[in-house]
Amino acid sequence: MEYNFLCNIFILIVMPPFFVGVINRVKSIIAGRTGPPILQLYHDIFKLIKKNAVYSRSTSCIFRIVPLTSLLIVLCAGMLLPIASPSPISFQGDVILFVYLFALARFLTITAALDTASSFEGMGASREATYGALSEITIFIVLMTLVIIVKSLSLNKMLTHGQNVFVADPSVILLFLAFFFIMLTENSRMPIDDPHTHLELTMIHEVMILDYSGPDLGIILYGASIKLFVFMAFTAMIIFPCSEGPVWAGTGILFLKVLAVSIMTGLVESFTARIKLIRIPQMLIASFVLTLFALLITLFDQRML
Amino acid sequence: MFSVLAVILVLPLVSLVSFLLKNEIKKSAVACLGTSLAAGSGLILLFVPFFQQPHDNVLIPTNIPLVSFAFGVDALSRFFLVVIFGLSFLVGIYGFGYIKEHKKFVNSSPFFSLLVAAMAGVVISKDGLSFLIIWELMSIVSFFLVTAEHENKEVQNAGWIYLIATHLATAFLMMAFVMLSKSSGSLMFGEFVLQNNRTPFLNGLLFIFAVIGFGTKAGIFPFHVWLPHAHPAAPSYISALMSGVMIKTGIYGILRMLTFLGSPPLWWGETLVVIGVVSAVMGVLYALMQHDLKRLLAYHSVENIGIIVTGIGIGLIGVSLKNNMMAVLGFSGAILHVLNHAIFKGLLFLCAGNVMYIAHTLTIDILGGMIKKTPFTAMLFLIAAMSICGLPPFNGFISEWLVYTGLFNGILNSLGHTVLISIAGVLGIALAGGLAVACFTKVFGVVFLGESRSGLLQGSREPPGLLLSPMIILAVLCLFIGIFPWPFLNMVFGAMQIMAPGAGLVDSDHVMSPLVNVSTIFVVLIVLAGLMISIRSLVFKKKQIQTTVTWDCGYAHPTPRMQYTAASFAEPIGSFFQTILRPHVHRDKTTNVFFPEGAVFDEHVPDYAEYNFFEPLFKRIGSIIIFIQSKKKSTVQSYLTLIFITLIILFVAEVWFGI
Repeated sequence: MEYNFLCNIFILIVMPPFFVGVINRVKSIIAGRTGPPILQLYHDIFKLIKKNAVYSRSTSCIFRIVPLTSLLIVLCAGMLLPIASPSPISFQGDVILFVYLFALARFLTITAALDTASSFEGMGASREATYGALSEITIFIVLMTLVIIVKSLSLNKMLTHGQNVFVADPSVILLFLAFFFIMLTENSRMPIDDPHTHLELTMIHEVMILDYSGPDLGIILYGASIKLFVFMAFTAMIIFPCSEGPVWAGTGILFLKVLAVSIMTGLVESFTARIKLIRIPQMLIASFVLTLFALLITLFDQRML
Repeated sequence: MFSVLAVILVLPLVSLVSFLLKNEIKKSAVACLGTSLAAGSGLILLFVPFFQQPHDNVLIPTNIPLVSFAFGVDALSRFFLVVIFGLSFLVGIYGFGYIKEHKKFVNSSPFFSLLVAAMAGVVISKDGLSFLIIWELMSIVSFFLVTAEHENKEVQNAGWIYLIATHLATAFLMMAFVMLSKSSGSLMFGEFVLQNNRTPFLNGLLFIFAVIGFGTKAGIFPFHVWLPHAHPAAPSYISALMSGVMIKTGIYGILRMLTFLGSPPLWWGETLVVIGVVSAVMGVLYALMQHDLKRLLAYHSVENIGIIVTGIGIGLIGVSLKNNMMAVLGFSGAILHVLNHAIFKGLLFLCAGNVMYIAHTLTIDILGGMIKKTPFTAMLFLIAAMSICGLPPFNGFISEWLVYTGLFNGILNSLGHTVLISIAGVLGIALAGGLAVACFTKVFGVVFLGESRSGLLQGSREPPGLLLSPMIILAVLCLFIGIFPWPFLNMVFGAMQIMAPGAGLVDSDHVMSPLVNVSTIFVVLIVLAGLMISIRSLVFKKKQIQTTVTWDCGYAHPTPRMQYTAASFAEPIGSFFQTILRPHVHRDKTTNVFFPEGAVFDEHVPDYAEYNFFEPLFKRIGSIIIFIQSKKKSTVQSYLTLIFITLIILFVAEVWFGI
């Protein structure tokens, strides 16, 4: 068990930047470019960590400790998931901890952004707070639906519910689509936010970290990739639950699943444009309604209504 | 029991001595520190096993038939006494320091001890009459504390609203207690429980009266209207006590009333969940739109009371469905949240007091950058803010976790509309949680971080240790309950068993076991965070660190006024919930499009319950009264006629409904 858990932690620490590279590679292939190497992000992170740092005079200690703490929090949330094998620290009711750990990370990131006294970062913070609150309730509907399907409150049970096959259940497919959209929102990907934009007025996540430099920026990029990985793994596990086989098989399957989701993300990002900022709440409501349908279908399916 | 009663009786004496003293310092010292001392000794007495004889009620008979005063401490009262004494002990110390700096509050300080005595008296009353008398005493004493700055027009207005709200609530409570005593033939609480042969209709009516009467004190939406007026008007240490503890006597009242009413039908629990969710969401939405720090915190009390009421509701649903797990989770979540809210809301109001002390204003949008001048206050506020948002690893998470798991259990173990109600409960609390994060990042970011928006902080310094030390204790408690909740949960389970007698210890063990994992994760997380931050500082020692101005799109001279304000921060949420909040926007339309000059934009969100529910209601009632007044000639006969008509109506109610 301990060995399996170490394996989970190892995957969580090592793999995430790779999948960001995959997304970027997919995008560059479709755009007809060669694009950066797949392992570019590892290189960037190491380079940034070796650099010196510049801080704004307006910032306080909050600004300095947030990147590391939110990295740890996101890692902790990832460890609750059955990544390659069931997580030993999972318990009844850990779904709530899972969501609230991300809320904690969001709280800290917003605070750090406001610490810089910049109006651009204030804008990003305000948007993050709004969209975060709205996507959080959608996450809760997804979780409630999964709770009803597996009749358990633990993520382990929820994402390893025995079946190793494609779950062709209408509610599960709806959940997958909705959660895929939440994944894009929470990680500030297209069509909600463009991770490569340079216009501060329209950004969300990227604008909040404008004032970071050097090692802190590296840690933030790394943390963002872990968060993306956790969300992509969760999305994949909704439709392909984690297998209960040996850990090497679990790792291999996980790799393929997350690879598939990254390619999907890359495709979505290549073929959609960033939507107007004022349209984002409408998109969030759309995904909310989608999950609500999934929940109702499940309720009727389980004869609870 | 006697020892607790003795402590409570000492408090009025303290107040009397303080009233008689002339010297300002001595007066406030006796009132605050005396209360603190008494509350502290009361707290110790509650925990010393020697003084814990649970069932020795004190009965004080009188010559009047049916009337005797009974006092007693059971597990539920004991829990609330711990909360009352605990917070009063700390607030007393703070209050002394606070009054030293603000001399205008000296004259109201003797009422502080009376308020503590009255609150403790309410929770140990074991008969209807003494309960109502002490309840009224509590309301009146707190009225005097709210109107401490009685020269101020706004404070007078707040005082009036509070006085009217609290008395209308008491009217409902009187009706409830009269009905209870009629049906059981006694005013004793013990008899209320035993003589449980009321009709379901009567029980339902009693439930509704209790929710309105006690709910007004607790601040349930839409009866919360007095809260956002009274809390900002009162001095900060009193706001901390009122928001932290006094509104919880309303929760105590609802819980106590539920013990009288026997096995609850399903709709009670469902009603409470709906009320709780509405309070939670509306409270936090209005909080987001406030520009005054204490008003904002007052609306957050509405939100937290909503979470507590949701917990009680899910517990009641569990009792009606004979599902012990749900009952245990719901009630213990609610009761633990009472303690947690007392701790973090007390701390937040004391922080507001510090802000007042440092900057002499509570208007959020003109503050800023306080963390550099007063790091202690800022850190304390941060801890309290994270706790109130229910974020790990602080205490708010534990109680919200209990309520959430109760609701999830409700989804799994019930059918039909109860499932939908539980789902609404989860969504409501999740939305309130997400918005609370937005609200407190706003407050913390705008008030404490960034640059000062005005010259208010010139020469300001950290408040003295007398003010900070009680706050540090509260902050430590926030973290302690978050990572090590067991001693408190044991107390909570004791109180919970009064609410859900069927739930044995087995069920509470079931609740405990996941929390072991939670606290292990929290401890590991905190240790790792500490370790990583120290490694970081070691690494950074070798690096060259430069400082410069904040990047503002290449703009070389950013000024503090260019920062994002609280109003702009909350704007996206405000416009998203426009249809609910209905903001009043005032815009200066005369500005030239091509050559813009100074423009004016003003937005405020009026409280819907206050302006669209209570104001028309009172206007209607007022017009009826004026109509009656104009018809009669103000003679004795016409008054007698009115009394006669009222009597007939009551008589009909008695005969018809058997109330």
